[in-house]
Amino acid sequence: MSWGVRGMTVRFGDHTALEGVSLEVPPGRVTTVVGGDGAGKTTLLRCLVGALAPDDGEVRRPEERRIGYLSSTSGTYPDLTVRENLDFAATTYGLSATETRDRAAIFLDRTGLTDAHDRLAGNLSGGMRQKLGVVRAMLHRPELLVLDEPTTGIDPVSRSDLWWLIARAAAEGAGVVLATAYLDEAERASWVLALDDGRPLAEGTPETIAAAVPGTIAVTAERPGGDASRRSWRRGSRWRTWTPTEDVAPRGARVQPDLHDAVTVAALARELEREAVGGEAA
Amino acid sequence: MTAVWAMIVKEFRQLRRDRRTLAMLIFMPILMLVVFGYAASFDVKEIPVRVLGPAADRVAAVLPAPFEVEGVDPSGGREDAVTALTDGEVPVIFLTAKGGLRVLVDGSQIFIATGTRAAVSSITERAPGGVAVEVEVLFNPDLETSAIMVPGLAAMILLFVGTIITSLGVVRERQAGTLEQLAVMPLRPADVFLGKIAPYFVVAALDMVVVIVAGIWLFDVPFRGSVLALALGAVLFLFVTLGLGVLISSVSENQGQAIQLALMMLLPQVMLSGLIFPLSSMPAGVRWIGYLLPLTYFVEIARGVMIRGASIVTLWPSYVFLAIFGAVVFGLATLRFRRSLAPAGRRRHGAERELEAVGS
Repeated sequence: MSWGVRGMTVRFGDHTALEGVSLEVPPGRVTTVVGGDGAGKTTLLRCLVGALAPDDGEVRRPEERRIGYLSSTSGTYPDLTVRENLDFAATTYGLSATETRDRAAIFLDRTGLTDAHDRLAGNLSGGMRQKLGVVRAMLHRPELLVLDEPTTGIDPVSRSDLWWLIARAAAEGAGVVLATAYLDEAERASWVLALDDGRPLAEGTPETIAAAVPGTIAVTAERPGGDASRRSWRRGSRWRTWTPTEDVAPRGARVQPDLHDAVTVAALARELEREAVGGEAA
Repeated sequence: MTAVWAMIVKEFRQLRRDRRTLAMLIFMPILMLVVFGYAASFDVKEIPVRVLGPAADRVAAVLPAPFEVEGVDPSGGREDAVTALTDGEVPVIFLTAKGGLRVLVDGSQIFIATGTRAAVSSITERAPGGVAVEVEVLFNPDLETSAIMVPGLAAMILLFVGTIITSLGVVRERQAGTLEQLAVMPLRPADVFLGKIAPYFVVAALDMVVVIVAGIWLFDVPFRGSVLALALGAVLFLFVTLGLGVLISSVSENQGQAIQLALMMLLPQVMLSGLIFPLSSMPAGVRWIGYLLPLTYFVEIARGVMIRGASIVTLWPSYVFLAIFGAVVFGLATLRFRRSLAPAGRRRHGAERELEAVGS
């Protein structure tokens, strides 16, 4: 059974947070939802787990018992220990004591949390707390695992631990959806949905999204001047410039676009289109 | 100086955002002054009495203020008088007999008892030739304050734990962001609700037992009635206070607001329930507020059962009122709680949060 949303629209007063968003979440696949702040990632995830009712559209999700969810605010109780947090979740989801112990042992050991077993969650570092949150969310073998920015503000080692957990949950058959603001991280997923201002910007495997970039991308040491500056962005210590059409030769060395470039280009294209429409209207 | 100014401006801006606190800062003092100003009085202006015995009619006809004759029964004797006092029907009974006049007073109502003593002695002094009147204080003959304060304190502890501590429970989850987590877990609102109040119920019940046992041991407070009668009253009262706590918690955005609301519920109950100031010394309007507060009825039950040995049968109106309060408050709390946990109800809260996120 595949989970997901179709044609979903969510409005908060006059503000449209999501418009016509669809996403399939088949079992065993990791999907990342990428986008900047306010793109609608959290709204999409909250609708998916049933924390929010959409104004329009269809949501398919398993019963609550089969959902694992880590909200962006917090997934654990700071005044409970690691063990107590997991016990609470396990009991709520009806997991047996043996299964809880066995699964918790594997996950905590792999993510370096074993020694923190009796520490208060509030005293853990940010990375450890996020790992605990993900372990808590996947302990009961959910069919749908939804994680809202689990890796934000986390060091690379903890992030790799988190990705081990995410891959493990998918291997156990869960359809995994995670939101992230990091495009390099989104590349690790097998499916990507990029949102911009509540609307889908691009969707597909990271490779197909990257391959679909129209025109060319060139790298220069300095920001190009003139009209091209509006189509350029900084990446690392260098500048990248997108030229929409093939026939205009770009300045600088051409590069093969990756997901990061592709999503940036898609956002730029939409922005330029909006400006053009605005210009015509004026 | 600039730094202080920046700090002051910041504080004012934050205060302006918290409308509820601002409203409380402005209106609460006025409200408190008016209500408590009228309520805070130990002077008993009217003492309802019943006159019994052969000369009842004659005595009733001449009894001066502050006594207000509420009943006359020439055939009644001492036994009837004690029963009426135990049942809390009236606080004072004038018993006429051949030997003279005897005034029986309910010692669980200290201010009425001292008022009666003073009034009786002034009457006898003024009477020509002297009248033999003997005042007998029942239940609490030495008029010990601790005897009436311990049952009152037990009531206050239930109120405190039930309302203030519980009111922090749900709002803490909301602030920590774990409430949404709970909402998508396989928990019914009733599971969360009962799970939230059960620990406080146990703690409050234990607290009460400790206070009462300590009161009996340390202050020789009597316990004349049945433990069951008090326990039943306590359970009913706890349902009211815990429900009130959850209700406050589910309408508050943060712990500060919850505490303020809880105090707003607590203060009038402490001041207007007869716990400290006698209801009979309050003006009618304020007294009626007292009759709308659950603590009034539990104080009545606790003092009645412990000091006078009153039974459930005679105190039934207080039990019924508590049950009604409990049903109403619990019903409201459950409804409100369901709204904060169900997706449809979360739209508004979610909307506010989301808009803030978008705006930032």
